[in-house]
Amino acid sequence: MQRFAQLFQILDEQRGTNAKVIAMAEYFQSIQPKDGAWAVYFLSGRRLKRLIGPVQLRQWLADISDLPIWLIEESHEHVGDLAETIALVLDRKGGQATIDQRGLATWVEEDILTLREMDEEQRRERVVSAWQRLDAPSRFLYTKLLTGALRVGVSQTLVERALARASGQPQAVIAHRLMGQWQADTAFYQGLFDERSGQEDASRPYPFFLANPLENPPEQTLGAIDDWQLEWKWDGIRAQVVRRERAVYLWSRGEALIGEQFPDILAAAQSLPVDTVLDGEILAWSDQVMPFSALQRRLGRKRVSQKLMDEVPARLMVYDVLERNGQDVREQPMSTRRRYLEACLVNADPRLMPSALIAAPTWQALSEWREQSRERGVEGIMLKANRSTYATGRPRGAWWKWKIDPLTLDVVLLYAQPGHGRRANLYTDYSFAVRDGDNLVPIAKAYSGLTDVEIRKLDHWIRRHTRERFGPVRSVEPEQIFELAFEGITSSPRHKSGLALRFPRIARWRKDLGSNDVDTLEQAKALLS
Amino acid sequence: MTVPLIQPTRKGLYCAAGDFHIDPWQPVPRALITHAHADHARSGHDQYWAARSGLGLLRRRLGKKAVIHGLEYGETLRFGPVTVSLHPAGHVLGSAQVRLEHEDEVWVASGDYKRDIDPTCAPFEPILCDTFITEATFALPVYRWPVVRDVARDIHQWWQKNASTNRTTVLFCYALGKAQRLLAELPLGRPGPIYLHGAIAPLTDDYRAAGIELPPTQPVSQAPADEDFSSSLVIAPPSAAGSTWMRRFRKPATGFASGWMRIRGNRRRRGYDRGFVISDHVDWPDLLKTITETGAKQVLTTHGRADELVRYLIEQGLSARPLATLYGDQDDDDGEVH
Repeated sequence: MQRFAQLFQILDEQRGTNAKVIAMAEYFQSIQPKDGAWAVYFLSGRRLKRLIGPVQLRQWLADISDLPIWLIEESHEHVGDLAETIALVLDRKGGQATIDQRGLATWVEEDILTLREMDEEQRRERVVSAWQRLDAPSRFLYTKLLTGALRVGVSQTLVERALARASGQPQAVIAHRLMGQWQADTAFYQGLFDERSGQEDASRPYPFFLANPLENPPEQTLGAIDDWQLEWKWDGIRAQVVRRERAVYLWSRGEALIGEQFPDILAAAQSLPVDTVLDGEILAWSDQVMPFSALQRRLGRKRVSQKLMDEVPARLMVYDVLERNGQDVREQPMSTRRRYLEACLVNADPRLMPSALIAAPTWQALSEWREQSRERGVEGIMLKANRSTYATGRPRGAWWKWKIDPLTLDVVLLYAQPGHGRRANLYTDYSFAVRDGDNLVPIAKAYSGLTDVEIRKLDHWIRRHTRERFGPVRSVEPEQIFELAFEGITSSPRHKSGLALRFPRIARWRKDLGSNDVDTLEQAKALLS
Repeated sequence: MTVPLIQPTRKGLYCAAGDFHIDPWQPVPRALITHAHADHARSGHDQYWAARSGLGLLRRRLGKKAVIHGLEYGETLRFGPVTVSLHPAGHVLGSAQVRLEHEDEVWVASGDYKRDIDPTCAPFEPILCDTFITEATFALPVYRWPVVRDVARDIHQWWQKNASTNRTTVLFCYALGKAQRLLAELPLGRPGPIYLHGAIAPLTDDYRAAGIELPPTQPVSQAPADEDFSSSLVIAPPSAAGSTWMRRFRKPATGFASGWMRIRGNRRRRGYDRGFVISDHVDWPDLLKTITETGAKQVLTTHGRADELVRYLIEQGLSARPLATLYGDQDDDDGEVH
């Protein structure tokens, strides 16, 4: 715990990403594997299920500090974070806590996870005794883990870089090994450092390759059109299907298993050759693509009824092949992977559809095709270099998305404020941010675009995920991603981001995206015309 | 008791029996000044009384023409029927609590104060009284100051690390009091020279003139032409952060020394590389200890968290109420940062 607390402190204090990577790499190299596994778990943004609520924690703090509960609540409101409030209130000058030698894994597995089986009184005893044993930084971290939300201020990419540095493995290999769902244990951690590939967990998805928005007309920047594979940009849920001998796994880009919501696609994927991994887009489809709002009915449920599947049939528009006959083919050029794709879908279930190629002999012709996007129910055109490998993340140059208007950005909700009149006491005025390195920079406010049902859901979420309050304004955990649509973008020295958006509104609540999918300030600036 | 010995008026805290004000914010004939921070020592009064050790600072603040009477700590003075004396408050050089005795009643107005030892000023002395007027700047139980020596060691190590990578160390803090206290607390074995911002250098000279020993410093404006500041510690007020003045330092590492840095959100919001928790105000445990030591039956609160402190003290069986003042709204006095 001590070591992890020290690492956390460095990450919390350092602003430069290199220093953060170095600090993490040093930690990873020198830590016990079982502790390292949990460190990776938390640093990559994973969290434990919350075991104890804030009301109980505040009451226990009031009891042992001999302070009235209202003063604890005032302090909590002032500090804005309960774990920190607890760490600070129980801090004693000079009263050095005995150094706790037990590692992070022991803390998590023996002290925290076992709370599940305890009754209230036992939990209280366990937690209070830990608070009293630990020094302030460790007490803060311990309570953070307890309440389920540790925000370290490092991105997954930085963790990957640090692990790559510590293990000598390429970052792409590390990124793959961190995908999906895994147990934080010694075997997992040692597997990260393993020389051999092919030891990967069979269910694990590959990191998604993402396209950048095309900012300039393609004839000016992309060279000959023959070098590009052209496809429609479909408006659904990006997904990866992993076909193994015994099972099929369907992963969203947020690294969640979503097979339960799409049993029809799981069934269709049984028709694929064993050890195939495909990248594609889940669409609601009856004769032709249905609007995204139809697809949304399939989301967020544990069980999908036959009736719903009949009303909203799902298909996978297949974009790419990542693994073929158990071989990772991501390094093959796009044109080769396209041949694989067509071959592997020849005898496949028709619910797996190869993404159609657009035959445009000239950029002018492509531009005309693009004009049809709205009628076709697509968002525009994808341009993929014939020579491009299937890379990790969003490097520039290989894949472009050439969307139709309006401009959009995937932004994260940062602040919320109650509305007025009909929306009084509901958090309806939102501030959104884009990423800038490790920071989030507010970029726009928006008040419209959600349905009343969504507003109520979001309001409920905001109240449960408030980080800090500034008068009526709450800052929230940066987790909810929205697609923000707007008519234009201009420079503005008055705004922190240096940008002002024209008529921003929420196009969509992107529950399928996670905080790593937030667009960057650089991407926003690139939209300046 | 009919009229309280001290009551808030439009012009400031007023003692009617002795016809004088304490730290008034509008011009008055007679002003007792607890210390030289701008929100307590304002210009325009006819006559001033203040602790002798702080006269240099006060003179700089108020100008040549101000009529200022210096008092030794403990020396008594009569204002009509009221006996007045000043006692160390431990806040900054020359800071004082004002003790008032009238008939059988003793009041103490403590101004700003702290209990931690500060090598640049006389330590706080608890004074027995019936009514104690206390600041409540940091009156929440999360505010507990670490040992100053440990904080000074952290600053020193941070400076050494920056110097070893050729980065200028720029430490922001309030110009009067904090800057000099930090200078005095820094361990020996310094990795480079110490430079002071123009707002801090003259005040530091005033400290030296009052006999306070401080390590050698130079104003930034008088640095040699070839100075690259790569191993230097530069001390500057927070207002200099982000200003063009900062451009002379290459890749500066920035830190802020303040009680507000106790809160992680403040550290992160302010955008400094490091926050160091060091305050010239009293923290929660010392505040409660001080109230007990004064033996006061009535506590009046000013600054910051006055209402919360009052509620807490009443629950502890004391008589308490907040006093409306205009203190704590100046940047050089640990004003609220958000």
